[in-house]
Amino acid sequence: MEDCLAKKMEITVSEAEKRTGRNAMNIQETYTAYLIETRAVESQSEGQCAPVESLWRRYSEFELLRNYLSVTYPHIVVPPLPEKRADFVWHKLSADNMDPDFVERRRIGLENFLLRVASHPVLCLDKIFYAFLMQEGGWKEMVNETGFQLKADSRLKALNATFRVKNPDKRFTELKHYSDELQSVISHLLRVRARVADRLYGVYKVHGNYGRVFSEWSAIEKEMGDGLQSAGHHMDVYAASIDDILEEEEHYADQLKEYLFYAEALRAVCRKHELMQYDLEMAAQDLTSKKQQCEELATGTVRTFSLKGMTSKLFGQETPEQREAKIKVLEEQIQEGEEQLKSKNLEGRDFVKSAWADIERFKEQKNHDLKEALISYAVMQISMCKKGIQVWTNAKECFSKM
Amino acid sequence: DTSLTEVNSFSPSVPISPSSMINQYKFEDGPELRDLFITVDDPESHITAIETFITYRVVTKTTRGEFDSSEYEVRRRYQDFLWLKSKLEEAHPTLIIPPLPEKFIMKGMVERFSDEFIETRRKALHKFLNRIADHPTLTFNEDFKIFLTAQAWELSSHKKQGPGLLSRMGQTVRAVASSVRGAVKNRPEMFTEINNYMETFSQKINLLDKIAHRIYKEERDYFNEMKEYGPIHTLWSASEEDIADSLKGIASCIDRCCRATEKRMAGLSEHLLPILHEYVLYSDILMSVLKRRDQIQGELDSKVDALANKNTEKDLFSEEIGKLEDKVERANNALKADWDRWKQNMQWDMRSTFTNVAENNLHYYEE
Repeated sequence: MEDCLAKKMEITVSEAEKRTGRNAMNIQETYTAYLIETRAVESQSEGQCAPVESLWRRYSEFELLRNYLSVTYPHIVVPPLPEKRADFVWHKLSADNMDPDFVERRRIGLENFLLRVASHPVLCLDKIFYAFLMQEGGWKEMVNETGFQLKADSRLKALNATFRVKNPDKRFTELKHYSDELQSVISHLLRVRARVADRLYGVYKVHGNYGRVFSEWSAIEKEMGDGLQSAGHHMDVYAASIDDILEEEEHYADQLKEYLFYAEALRAVCRKHELMQYDLEMAAQDLTSKKQQCEELATGTVRTFSLKGMTSKLFGQETPEQREAKIKVLEEQIQEGEEQLKSKNLEGRDFVKSAWADIERFKEQKNHDLKEALISYAVMQISMCKKGIQVWTNAKECFSKM
Repeated sequence: DTSLTEVNSFSPSVPISPSSMINQYKFEDGPELRDLFITVDDPESHITAIETFITYRVVTKTTRGEFDSSEYEVRRRYQDFLWLKSKLEEAHPTLIIPPLPEKFIMKGMVERFSDEFIETRRKALHKFLNRIADHPTLTFNEDFKIFLTAQAWELSSHKKQGPGLLSRMGQTVRAVASSVRGAVKNRPEMFTEINNYMETFSQKINLLDKIAHRIYKEERDYFNEMKEYGPIHTLWSASEEDIADSLKGIASCIDRCCRATEKRMAGLSEHLLPILHEYVLYSDILMSVLKRRDQIQGELDSKVDALANKNTEKDLFSEEIGKLEDKVERANNALKADWDRWKQNMQWDMRSTFTNVAENNLHYYEE
């Protein structure tokens, strides 16, 4: 990945700011803008640091960028954006888009998105992406001028293809199943994790009540007073520790969420393949039927029932000139059709090849990332237990001095 | 020591061994001097035409001379325990009689005869008898001895003797009347201090009881969610190749956390919750004891007042007053001594219980 942008340039989403402005319908709205900073990475020999360039973008522009990339590179598993609205919240977290914690986590997610695109061997070379990072004004117009919206496949068409395709590549079918399973299992996991976090929060926080009551109780005790008072203090520490612990866990949840959304990107590639395959099958079918028609006209035999055939039998046959003309048209169409079929076949094979290459790359990335995430989760749990041990060791000492 | 070997060979079905009993209760004078071992176990349900009730087996082992035998096994029901308690209160109005478990629990859906309820009650009854056995005065009470040793019919006939229902009611009426009269004028400073202390203590211990129950509930809810958490990882590992092992590893760790949580909950419900509850009941008992002391003093005071108003029959009054003064002094001393003892016990109980909770938490986190 020597040439990828990420190696040549430092990219950060360093700040988030609340803004108000007028939107397309001239209505006043509040939104958050994110500051993207980039700096060229100098080679070691030069001592100086390049200047930092920066511009502001809002979430909807990120969405536009991603849509553009998905349509322009349908064979690539395009990295997902962080969620639009807060999902899988447990009670302490707010579901409000303006909430500072949510904005902060989204900032990190957006930076992650840019880094993923910048380190992708194909996507990082895209001009629109580069302009997104470097050119504040006129970027939207630039994107729209590419006309990518026209290239987008309609959802209905894609759905139709999924049901009717006869011979998709088996690997893509398997991949689709896998992405369904991945999505379902990760969302289930995130839901339960949120509930577990909620309960854990409860356990820790109620211990804080001990602190208050111990302190009040210690006021009437002589010998037990000191022990109670200091034990109470430790209970307060214990209760407060859960906030940091759960905040760290949110980062873990975000890492899993990224792959939850990646599942959708995987499915998009599979759908594209099904669409192309279906297209191919339809074209082949069409060609076959045209060839048949041609043959029938030439030999005068009717092999298949057709209303036209019946009516011509009933109302008299066509003149030989008419027939000749029809055959000529059909032959031209068949010629076109064969060429189209050839190029569609080629397209299809190319697509499968390049898509599969990117999928292999994705699989490696996924395995690596998820393993690291799981390890960091385990480390978090260990650290939580260590803190617990410390608090309760202290508390135990205080209790035994009562 | 012969008593210990006898105990060991008595019956393998005795669930609580004497050595564990020694660990559970503090002995003022050291374990070697304990000569009365009591266990309460084996709840059994009895169904008659009129009612259904539970009896518990009470097993006593002793080396005391006053007891005809060294081992006794009897069956007692909750009513019998109530009787014992009221007899002890009668005989020693200003001693701190240990609390009995409540008749029934109003809150919660605990059925009168649910296993959980019966077990909690059994443990509390066991505690009750052992606290009496540990008490320097109460342990030699005659009714206590009869409770431990008499057969069912013997106990019934013994119960019928002694002051009848009406006289007991009379006592209650007098007690209510004197408490209505308000705080006693000449209450010694010490008892006012105790009263103030108990008011705050009672408040705090009630709060702690609620907090501990709340923690138990939160832990149970946490445990229920965790039970679902582990299997998801196992399910996921089925779709993966590379990371399948890591996922399975996490699943098994989560399951271990679940088991550790269960242990921690069990620790709470076995040790902390019963003790806190006992002291909630104790604080009510102490308030009653203080009231009874006040009442006894009230009797003395009213007689003294009457004397001041009536100069005749001085001698008669003097004798009465003398007796009352003795009574008050005895009551005060008894209470003072018992109070000191109770406080020490309470301190020890709280210390050991909370230390135990801390240890359980340590084990939980270590695991």
